[in-house]
Order: sequence, then C-alpha cells, then structure tokens
Amino acid sequence: MSATTSDKLADVTGIDPDAIEHGATIKSVYVYEAPVRLWHWINAFAIVVLAVTGYFIGSPPPTQPGEASANYLMGYIRFAHFAAGYIFAIGLAARIYWAFVGNHHGRELFTLPLFNAAYWKEVLTMLKWYAFIIARPSRYVGHNPLARLAMFLLYFVLSLFMIATGFALYGEGLQAESWADRSFGWVIPLLGQSQDVHTWHHLGMWVMICFVILHVYAAIREDIMGRQSVVSTMISGYRTFKD
Amino acid sequence: METFYEVLRRQGITRRSFLKFCSLTATSLGLGSAFVPKIAHAMENKPRTPVLWLHGLECTCCSESFIRSAHPLAKDVVLSMISLDYDDTLMASAGHQAEAILEEIITKYKGNYILAVEGNPPLNQDGMSCIIGGRPFSEQLKHVAKDCKAIISWGSCASWGCVQAAKPNPTQATPVHKLITDKPIIKVPGCPPIAEVMTGVITYMLTFDRIPELDRQGRPKMFYSQRIHDKCYRRPHFDAGQFVEAFDDESARRGYCLYKVGCKGPTTYNACSTVQWNEGTSFPIKAGHGCIGCSEDGFWDKGSFYDRLTDIHQFGIEANADRIGATAAGVVGAAVVAHAAVSAIKRVTSKSDSAKADA
Repeated sequence: MSATTSDKLADVTGIDPDAIEHGATIKSVYVYEAPVRLWHWINAFAIVVLAVTGYFIGSPPPTQPGEASANYLMGYIRFAHFAAGYIFAIGLAARIYWAFVGNHHGRELFTLPLFNAAYWKEVLTMLKWYAFIIARPSRYVGHNPLARLAMFLLYFVLSLFMIATGFALYGEGLQAESWADRSFGWVIPLLGQSQDVHTWHHLGMWVMICFVILHVYAAIREDIMGRQSVVSTMISGYRTFKD
Repeated sequence: METFYEVLRRQGITRRSFLKFCSLTATSLGLGSAFVPKIAHAMENKPRTPVLWLHGLECTCCSESFIRSAHPLAKDVVLSMISLDYDDTLMASAGHQAEAILEEIITKYKGNYILAVEGNPPLNQDGMSCIIGGRPFSEQLKHVAKDCKAIISWGSCASWGCVQAAKPNPTQATPVHKLITDKPIIKVPGCPPIAEVMTGVITYMLTFDRIPELDRQGRPKMFYSQRIHDKCYRRPHFDAGQFVEAFDDESARRGYCLYKVGCKGPTTYNACSTVQWNEGTSFPIKAGHGCIGCSEDGFWDKGSFYDRLTDIHQFGIEANADRIGATAAGVVGAAVVAHAAVSAIKRVTSKSDSAKADA
C-alpha cells in the first residue's frame, strides 16, 4: 500500500529517491568552461544570421512595393550581416584569448598534433567507428581526434578566411583608408578582383553550412551512440561517461 | 621650349577659354577654386613634357574616348598641352619619319618624357602577334620604357590585359606592369577609360609635376577609389530592396536597381557614376543597363554580364557558387541521413543480439 503511494507520488512530483538509489552512477569531468560555452552558442547564432543574410545579399528577396524611401530591406539585411560579422570576428578573438588563459581543452580548437602517431591512430579509430567497422569507440574527455581535425580545418581555418574576405568586402563600403580597407584590403588583389572575393566568400558560406550539418549530426549521434555526453556538455560544461 | 599657354595662344585659343579650361580641370580633379590660378600659373610657366603614346594590341577605343574630352576646346587644348610627340594613330607623319621622332625624343629628353601605352604586348610566338615598324611591340615597349620618367597604362588592355588576354589568351597578351617592372606605372583602366579621367590624370601630372596618389593596384585614387555602386543614383532602390527582375518589367520602367540582372557596379572601381560620359550626358546604368565591370581585372572571364553570382570555371562545368555550394550541402545532408539510418539499424540489431546473448 505504502509502495503504491510512493509510486504515485513519484509520478506526480517526479521525486523518487528510490529510483536514484538504484540508478547507474556515471562519472563526469568538467571540460568546457563557461566562456567557451557562451561563445559556442553566440557563435552558432552569428553563423546562422550570417548564412541567411549572406544568401540574401547574393540573391535578394523579391522587389519591395512602394517608394524607395518607405523601404530599407537590403539595408537591414546588410546591417544584420555586418553586425553578426563583427560578433563572429570579435567572438573568435575572445575565444583565442581564452585558449591561452582557459583550461587545456580550450586549446584543442586551434592546434593539431600533426606529428603525433597516437593522435592519428585515434583519428583512424573514429573513422572506423563511423564506418561501422568497430563496435565501440574510445572514451574522449575533450574533443575526439576526428572532431578536432574537422573543427581546426572546417571551422578555425575557414573562419579566418571568411573574416579576412568578409572584412575586405566590408572595407569596400567603408572605402579606402578605413580600418577594414587598411587591414584586409590586400585580400582583394590577392584573389583577383572584388567579384572573385565575393565568389570565394560565397563558397566559404557553403563550406560552413556543410560543416554545421556534419557537426550537428556528429554531436547528436555521439550523444546517443557514443560513450560520453556531447550536446549537454556544451550546455553544462560536464562530460559524463556512460560506462 | 614653349610653355602650354604660349602654345594655346599660338593656336588661337583666347585667354578666357584658357581660364575656363583651368577651372573645369580644377573641378574635375576635386580641387577647390584656389587651385584654378595655380593650374593657370603652371600652364603659363612650365615647359611641355613630351609624351610618347604607343599602341600595342588594342582597339583604339582609348584614343577615341580621349579625343572626346568634355570641354569643347579640350581636345585641342590637351593635345597641344602635353606635346604629344608620337602617337601613330593621331600623328601626321608615318613610317620612318614617325619612328625617327621616337628616337629623337628618347635621346633628347632622356629620363624626362612620359610613356603612355594603349594596348598591351603579346609575348607568344616571340611577340609576332603585334608588329610595329617591323619589330614586335614588346621590343618597342621595352626600348621606349627604358628611359621614360613614368608610364601611363591607358585602358584595361594596358592595365589588366582585357579581351585579348581573356581565356585562353592565345597570344599571351600581357599587361604593361608585368613586362616593365622598374618604372612607376599609373593604371587608368576602363574599356575605354572616361575621357575626363584621362585628361584629368595628365593635367594632374603636369600641374603638380608628380604622379597622382595611387591605390594598392596602381590606379589614381581620385578617380578609382570608389565603386560605381557607392555613388550610383539608383542606390536608394538597392537599399530599399527594389530590383529590376527582367529588362522589360515594371521595375525596369521605374528605374529600380539593376543588381539582380547582373550589374557589376558593386564590384567595379571607376568614376562613371560621378563623371559620367560624353560631357556628363549619361552612363550605362542611367541608360538602363547594368555595369559590366570593364575597368576590373579579367572582366571578360567572370561569366555572364547578366548574373550577379558569376560562374566558376575551375569546376569543369559552368556553375556558380550557389549551385556548387547547394550541391555540396545536399550531398553532405544526404550522407548524414543515410549514415543516421544505418546507425539506427545497427543499433537495433546489436541490441537484439545482446538481448539474445543475455537470454
């Protein structure tokens, strides 16, 4: 009778000390510090805004009715793009600063142990795991080695490229002698002319979209099928291990 | 040596017309009225600098533009003003007589003459695709450039290569700055450049006795520091999001922005939207056609004049960034979906396996 009562109570309130007593104990490690997590989500938001507005700058929405003075659609789209671009760039700069002062997991995004055989062995392990060759991957506290490779090349290097080309194009609007032109204007003759920089910047957006698709899929899949938490780690900071 | 003013008076130009020209020049250079007497003073006192105008692989559109400089008297004024000693298209003499003048100026004004180049030298077949006076143009160019003070690269041909350098560039037409590397080069790109820009650059050099301030790519900042888009009178329609979708639609009749029908104004540095053409009458966008970007490097090879997202040739087929990117994203997305499906099946089967093992 009393068991039935406590069962019912647990159903209603969700408080069930008995189930906790018999639940599996899981180990957890604090991996991503608060600034890293905050940056991740701000950055994710900036990328979404940049990709959507960037697409519309290349292929604008249908013509607006009414007088020109009554509309400012392209102006708003471009403003959102530039504002998000600043957030993206300043965010990356702050994140690089945190790589120096934060814990060692904060540095994984910006470095690759290229000449370390153990690293490449683990990259191979992850590839085998994704190719369904092995049943269980290793347990990783920080980024798994394959994720680290993808983030370095498809996120970090690509971001530097997008920031350089993006601010070079932004400098065209701010015009000669502006900070953007003085810092990044050299990119334009390097890649040919303005039109080429537009094309490369546009291609970069699609590479970033490909990265986001892979990143989100891999994170959710690892969370379900891998041996450690992934998605919640970027919210709470704790990496929990299931076995 | 005669001064410019003396030459002008000798040719029957009144002092009134001369001063009008000085003020017009000051205005087109973006200088204040205080500079008008300075320009007049310079032209009254400075000896004329000899200019040798060479023609390589070109279509003469630069010369055609140049002789239409806006002020009614400008063509006489400018042609007299610069002491144009050699220009095989415009000069009266021909053949050996003309070539002799070239040698005379090179010797007499060593290091003090300006070399203006229209067109460019082709380098393939030992330069045989362009023969001037029985010799390849590349040889003539090197010979005359050796002792010049500075080089003006007229038009997109001399500055970037233009149509003769378009892919696959069979004659290996090469812009001047890639052949002559030891002289200051002023690029005045455009196909052709605007007449007032050409005369403006020359007037600046004669007035101040120095080359104009150049941008990163060697173009005079005063004419090439802004894009067509930055000063386009249709810019409010761009910011409002009002676009011509097709050349015969209502938006076209209303004069909306030509961005969507491929206008290259946002990527083209030139003075068309401020100086305009033919005495400030019009320019392409004002006439209802997008800018084709003729003053930009390699504008012939950037795909259609009517597309905003231009084609990328490295991919074998004609494709723009959006088509390539969307295809790549589609492939990645499909791969992810397939991989997720296989993962789910694997998980279900391995679970039932372990359930059997437990039992």
